Amino acid sequence: MVFGALRVVCYVNQFFGQLGGEDKARVGPQVVDGAVGAARAVQQALGDAGSVVATVICGDNYAAEHAERATAEMVELVAAARPDLLVAGPAFLAGRYGVACGALCAAVQAELKIPAVTGMHAENPGVELYRRRVYVVQTGAEATRMLAEAQRLVALGLKLARGKAVGAPAADGYFARGVTRNVVADAPAAERAVAMLLDKLAGRAFASEVPRPAFPPVAAPRLVKTLEGATIALVTDGGLVPRGNPDGIEALNATRYGAYSIEGKSSLDAAQYDNPHRGYDTTWVKEDPHRLVPVDVARELEQSGAIGKLHETVYSTVGVATTLAQSARMGREIAEKLREAGVDAVILTST
Amino acid sequence: MTPVAVMVGANRIVSAAGIIHPLGSADLSPEDEKALRRRIVEQALQALRTEVAKPTVFTRH
Repeated sequence: MVFGALRVVCYVNQFFGQLGGEDKARVGPQVVDGAVGAARAVQQALGDAGSVVATVICGDNYAAEHAERATAEMVELVAAARPDLLVAGPAFLAGRYGVACGALCAAVQAELKIPAVTGMHAENPGVELYRRRVYVVQTGAEATRMLAEAQRLVALGLKLARGKAVGAPAADGYFARGVTRNVVADAPAAERAVAMLLDKLAGRAFASEVPRPAFPPVAAPRLVKTLEGATIALVTDGGLVPRGNPDGIEALNATRYGAYSIEGKSSLDAAQYDNPHRGYDTTWVKEDPHRLVPVDVARELEQSGAIGKLHETVYSTVGVATTLAQSARMGREIAEKLREAGVDAVILTST
Repeated sequence: MTPVAVMVGANRIVSAAGIIHPLGSADLSPEDEKALRRRIVEQALQALRTEVAKPTVFTRH
């Protein structure tokens, strides 16, 4: 924590460091004393609060093509200047630059324990890659308002360097990091909800307190084989487990899934299965597990040649109050295993 | 629950027999229940060989 004037190091690319344009994009990291190029806007924004003691400059192509090496080299240059704060960018909509800013901030925070801040436009790929680890201030797409943008980076950077409380993303102008923090609200939830509803009915602007998660579109894969030649797997989020729940799959908010063999089985014996799912009444699927995982008819379709092969492993988890992050991880892991096993398509049964 | 499946972006969605027993129904005779299950699975196979460009619900006949 620093109370007096801060030592600040800036990181800029070859363009904002005034080395040149794309012709200088291959230039490796170098350091210049004081504020150079865009770092001068940071110095102006700092005023008496601190001084830019050094500017680290690196070409965008060098940073992108030798990412690990470039970051390591720049961390050394930053360390040598002994700053209290790193200000990287802002990178606006420049993709290579934005990713390099995020990587350097993350490394400086982790390795040097020095706070760091950067700035980017919402569509810069560096935002999604680094916003959870690094404070990324939202900027415009272009450098037309450089001083105003630098002032917002510096305002947040000063809070970080001085150990002051950082406000909510909307208040301090940075991309949400996925952190939940308890705060004391001015009014009870019922009053806030009614006020929000009145705003909505009157056509006034209102901000939800519960942002909906975004679901980026997934391209629909095409089945390249005929069904008669394809291996089909059964997967469920309805909670089928062998009796005793050997993998300890949680009754809700699951973080685990199981892989259960159906080799040699033409049907599932209800006495051998159980179901810990607490999101629906499992009476009927416990009575007959085929109501959840149709091994009986899938096996018949395999025997009759309607499908090439039924995959001998069923994957199962509990899908209730499961976080998006856990669901995505489990889905990715199951998909990788199915692909390794040569499965062509999946029927996922859900409750 | 098919609107949820559409919202999260599942591409091939078959509406099944219900939340508490998606692939069956305790109200039917065992034979009819299995026939129902077979129709749903066959519909899923049909969906798998249908090209789709966006989340698509295949309704049961």
